[in-house]
Amino acid sequence: MQDKKLPQTPSQTIGPYFAYGLTAVQYGYGFSSVIDNNIVTEAAGEAVIYITGNVYDGNGNTIHDAMIELWQAGTSGSYVKNYQPQLPFKGLGRYGTGTDAQHQFVFKTVKPGAMEGQAPHINVMLFMRGSLHVLYTRIYFEGDAANENDPLLLSVEPERRATLVALKTNNTTRQEYCFNIHMQGEKETVFFDL
Amino acid sequence: MDEIITQVQPPHLYPAYKSTVLRSPTKPLLIVKENLKNIYLPVYGESVIGKYDNDLTKNARKDHDPIGERIKVSGKVMDEYGKPLRNVLVEIWQANAAGRYIHKEEIHDAPLDPNFLGAGRMLTDNEGRYTFYSIKPGAYPWGNHYNAWRPNHIHFSVMGHQLGHRLVTQMYFPGDPLFDFDPIYQSVPVHARHLMVAKFRMDWTEPEFALAYEFNIVLKGKCQTVFE
Repeated sequence: MQDKKLPQTPSQTIGPYFAYGLTAVQYGYGFSSVIDNNIVTEAAGEAVIYITGNVYDGNGNTIHDAMIELWQAGTSGSYVKNYQPQLPFKGLGRYGTGTDAQHQFVFKTVKPGAMEGQAPHINVMLFMRGSLHVLYTRIYFEGDAANENDPLLLSVEPERRATLVALKTNNTTRQEYCFNIHMQGEKETVFFDL
Repeated sequence: MDEIITQVQPPHLYPAYKSTVLRSPTKPLLIVKENLKNIYLPVYGESVIGKYDNDLTKNARKDHDPIGERIKVSGKVMDEYGKPLRNVLVEIWQANAAGRYIHKEEIHDAPLDPNFLGAGRMLTDNEGRYTFYSIKPGAYPWGNHYNAWRPNHIHFSVMGHQLGHRLVTQMYFPGDPLFDFDPIYQSVPVHARHLMVAKFRMDWTEPEFALAYEFNIVLKGKCQTVFE
């Protein structure tokens, strides 16, 4: 241990070709995956929700080579400490936008419980060709009363808070929320400096 | 001077790397209060790593060894205070020796190697160390500008112990003549570019087998790990 700080390793883009390494099973490459979009693997019954969305560039076009990672607490409001791919609830998810014709991502999970004065939320890490950094944001849930008092949401300018809130879709076959990410423009998503 | 040295990260918008123009945030990032940002990522069980996951010369081998110059890439993952970080998930992917990625959208006219995929993963040990065996990746052309070529590199994805310490980067090889022409490499401030370049380690080289490179990774922050 030393007192003087070492310089961090600089960040670089994930590039367009991450899929056979990071999301191989989803894309059909001959390599295993240890993190996928089934954050909950058991038949969690009525608690199961799906989160879908698109990532849009500054021209409003869908991005087909982004990778999204989610990290969230379970229904009890606490995080998994030891990750195993075979856990019924893993908390950690990863998916690329390159296998769906509309470039949508989809995660199967549960809505996290509230924790320590915060509204239920999911941490998002976003990567793509053309982005030199990991980008952090959060997914909150439409209609959750706790959003009104969430300290992070309250620290966002009121007119931009909606960019962090997933909307319940009218899908009747499953509980589904839509969370679109806009890199730029009027609806530019709030990204965090962590 | 110290202040300058801490500024090692690239900007979000770096117009010479054209894809950043429509894909980088235009508004300042939200400053998150200290008590809301220290979110721990999980510890990974041994079961996430398979037997040959860290040996790219073997993990896609069908009937022959992959073609190319065999290399060993090893290093330490640390926090900013030099403390080694154990149980960090390190994932890599790269082109083959001919500069061809196996990705389906890759169209560069160079041969695929049926015995090489180019992907691996590993957990750091108690000293924060990782080691991969692989084939030295070739350079390849890309469409950013006329006659654009990427320097040889290996992509690294590193899951640290905290959310804010997530890193995706690229490891380069010493003395690459393409450094002078690559906007992705050049997006990082001049004084910090060497931090992405592996060091050739003759003393780590395995005689009659593989040349060795050292690539140490320093993640953001100071880590109070769950192991303490």
